[in-house]
Amino acid sequence: METKSIPPIEITSVEGIIAVRQKVRELASKMGFGTVEQTRIATAVSELARNIYQFAGKGMVTIFSLEGDRKGIQIVCEDDGPGIADIELAMTDGYSTIKSLGLGLPGAKRLMDEFLIESEPGKGTKVTITKWL
Amino acid sequence: MAEITMMKIGPALIVPIQVELHNRAAAQVQEDIIQNIEQTGARGLLIDVSKLAVVDSFLGRLIGDTAAMARIMGCQTVVVGLQPEVAITLMELGLHLEGVYTALNTETGLELLERVIGDKVDEIETGHSAGEGVI
Repeated sequence: METKSIPPIEITSVEGIIAVRQKVRELASKMGFGTVEQTRIATAVSELARNIYQFAGKGMVTIFSLEGDRKGIQIVCEDDGPGIADIELAMTDGYSTIKSLGLGLPGAKRLMDEFLIESEPGKGTKVTITKWL
Repeated sequence: MAEITMMKIGPALIVPIQVELHNRAAAQVQEDIIQNIEQTGARGLLIDVSKLAVVDSFLGRLIGDTAAMARIMGCQTVVVGLQPEVAITLMELGLHLEGVYTALNTETGLELLERVIGDKVDEIETGHSAGEGVI
């Protein structure tokens, strides 16, 4: 499948979260996603970018436009942070280690078509989300 | 950057949120709102989010927490101006803004607040007095 990506965006601050949200919305709009879909994608990315900032301090977000038979947008959010010991638990609504609402990961999954999370304690976390056009 | 202009109209404090808030700024805004409620004796708090294109769980929690703090201060909160796509996304995210009144815009929000703070508190809490504004 053909893919194109814009340069990865570093998340080291809240400004990074805002930047990545704007970029993803821009690209989604250009690809032809409607405003509700754009908002779903931007919100999911906001949750994941905020997780990077909150738990790992820094990380990277790369946005791909998938241009094969099936068009879509894919976003990869990765960090070298503490990782997640129990992914199943982390994907549970309301579970949080930082007194947040615990909706970030399960919420982002609901907002997207595909959601893949890979994580190992001490090594970091990589979340790949996709929305088909 | 976290400068937020608050306005008092009648018994209500109006707070438009237009800028992105980071964690520290968010805490500061909450503090400013609560202090303002105390100083002005506001009995209603209207939070305008019409300029926000994205409300994620962080911001949703901030709004919910602020409303809870305001309530302890004897002040009822109404959130106005949620964009349709933001409302849809919030539900799917799992954020239901429970215990917070909502209205379409500032005008209807102020009307709702007037009714809510004109009623007895026990009636408000069971949601009988202004049911259409409660989600």
